Amino acid sequence: MKADIAFGQYCEGNSFLHRLDPRWKIIFTIFYIVTIFLAKNIFAFALLLLSAVLLALSSRIKPSILIRGMKPLLFIIAFTAIINIFWLKGERLLVDFWIIHIYLEGIINALLIVTRVLLLVVGTSVILSYTTTPIALTDGIERLLSPLAKIKLPVHEFSMMMTIALRFIPTLIEETDKIMSAQKARGADFSTGSIIKRAKALVPILVPLFVSAFRRAEELALAMECRCYTGGEGRTRMNVLHSSWRDALMAGLLCVLCAGVIVLNRLGFVYNLSM
Amino acid sequence: MSAVIKAEHISYTYPGDEDTPPVQALRDVSLEIEEGSFTAILGHNGCGKSTLAKVLCMILEPDEGTLEVYGRDMTAEDATDEDVFNARRNVGMVFQNPDNQLVATIVEEDVAFGCENLGVAPADIRRRVDEALATVGMTEYARHATHRLSGGQKQRVAIAGVLAMRRRCIIFDESTAMLDPKGRREVMDTICRLNREEGITVIHITHYMNEATLADRVVVMSEGGIIMDGTPREVFSRVSELRAAELDVPQTTELLWGLKNAGWDVAVDIFDADECAREIARALERGGHGNT
Repeated sequence: MKADIAFGQYCEGNSFLHRLDPRWKIIFTIFYIVTIFLAKNIFAFALLLLSAVLLALSSRIKPSILIRGMKPLLFIIAFTAIINIFWLKGERLLVDFWIIHIYLEGIINALLIVTRVLLLVVGTSVILSYTTTPIALTDGIERLLSPLAKIKLPVHEFSMMMTIALRFIPTLIEETDKIMSAQKARGADFSTGSIIKRAKALVPILVPLFVSAFRRAEELALAMECRCYTGGEGRTRMNVLHSSWRDALMAGLLCVLCAGVIVLNRLGFVYNLSM
Repeated sequence: MSAVIKAEHISYTYPGDEDTPPVQALRDVSLEIEEGSFTAILGHNGCGKSTLAKVLCMILEPDEGTLEVYGRDMTAEDATDEDVFNARRNVGMVFQNPDNQLVATIVEEDVAFGCENLGVAPADIRRRVDEALATVGMTEYARHATHRLSGGQKQRVAIAGVLAMRRRCIIFDESTAMLDPKGRREVMDTICRLNREEGITVIHITHYMNEATLADRVVVMSEGGIIMDGTPREVFSRVSELRAAELDVPQTTELLWGLKNAGWDVAVDIFDADECAREIARALERGGHGNT
């Protein structure tokens, strides 16, 4: 376990994408996801792939970081690909051996689904998580949802909770590390034995962790009170969010992309997906 | 000189529950803090010094006695939450655990937190945050993540947060207790500078004797009451009384006191190592040991 965990995956930078308004970025991300799900054929996917490459290039994030980000999804990608290749029935049989029947439609379908998953990961991470600090993200969420405060939804409280959670995750990880070392020093064993035995070994870690987390919460509440925190009402913010020409440009480009996908969907009727 | 905080005959008892009996933490404490002064409050564990800090900061309400902050009586019948809120705008507190008082993930966001709560205009907050960070010497860390700072740096960020709220009085509740020697020195340097250069009133609660020697005034607590109050020289020359209150004395004083008890003709109220060495050298020149 590392205390230096790169939380929220943010990569420092000053690119076009980094400088977009976080409120708009959230909207852009949702819009991009919708566009990905609109795509139905190879041509539309080709256009989306091109857009994803352009986005990745404009973010100036190292490709190695992007590839590392995709690693956890390898299993899901492989799994869906295999299911599609071996189980989807079509008209053009390519391989017919014993119980294995592979159809051309299956392969194409698998390719498109894998592409879709990759696009979702790259698109959302490049637009949002790699180029937005967690704090800007919660800020953006708070302000996007602020109209909901009028119908008495606790929008500010929610974003405050998010901020504090982000603040304390590294601290608690560090603490878990310390407690584990302390238990190990007294001969505790976390890595061998049956699952039940290992789960039981976690109890002496979780109990002190929770006790200390509650104590921290109490002290933090006190400190916040001393710093005149009285909730969201009458509060100002140091950093005010500004929309700029960049956001307008990005919105325009995404609209063009969406229109392009819809047009290409009608073009290629050959390999339409049946899903 | 006017009094920032004036406490008269304050008592506080922690209410007990089924398992624990109530504990009286403060008995009849009277204390007046002058504007621009640097007061150290000393005492061994459980002598009530942290309770006193919490009362002065209006976290705890005293059972008996009166507490005036900048001339407003906080214990009066008609004192409202708003009065407490206003008083807290003037009296800030820096706590012991550096981790449990920082709210935001980025240094400057955390320094801005208090100002944001007060509803200061954004451009104004920006300026105050930059000033406060410069005062504690943390400007270059403005965009850093709070959890990667050292303990001393975290405490300095906490101090900057209090300064940005333009508070004139800061209570340090054992703010150096959890730090390593380097962090402790950083924080003590900052505290001394704030007091001397910015004229900020400092109340420093500690159990490190050499930190107390930096103050203008030392208040010693024991068993919930004040037993000594005076300049560091006055207080630390009463070595046997301090020992009785289970407190140590600064190392230099301890050495000189030992020499004096052995019949040497030396002063005991010296806290600087060089000055102490000179005093011993002088005593040696004078013939040192009185018995010979």
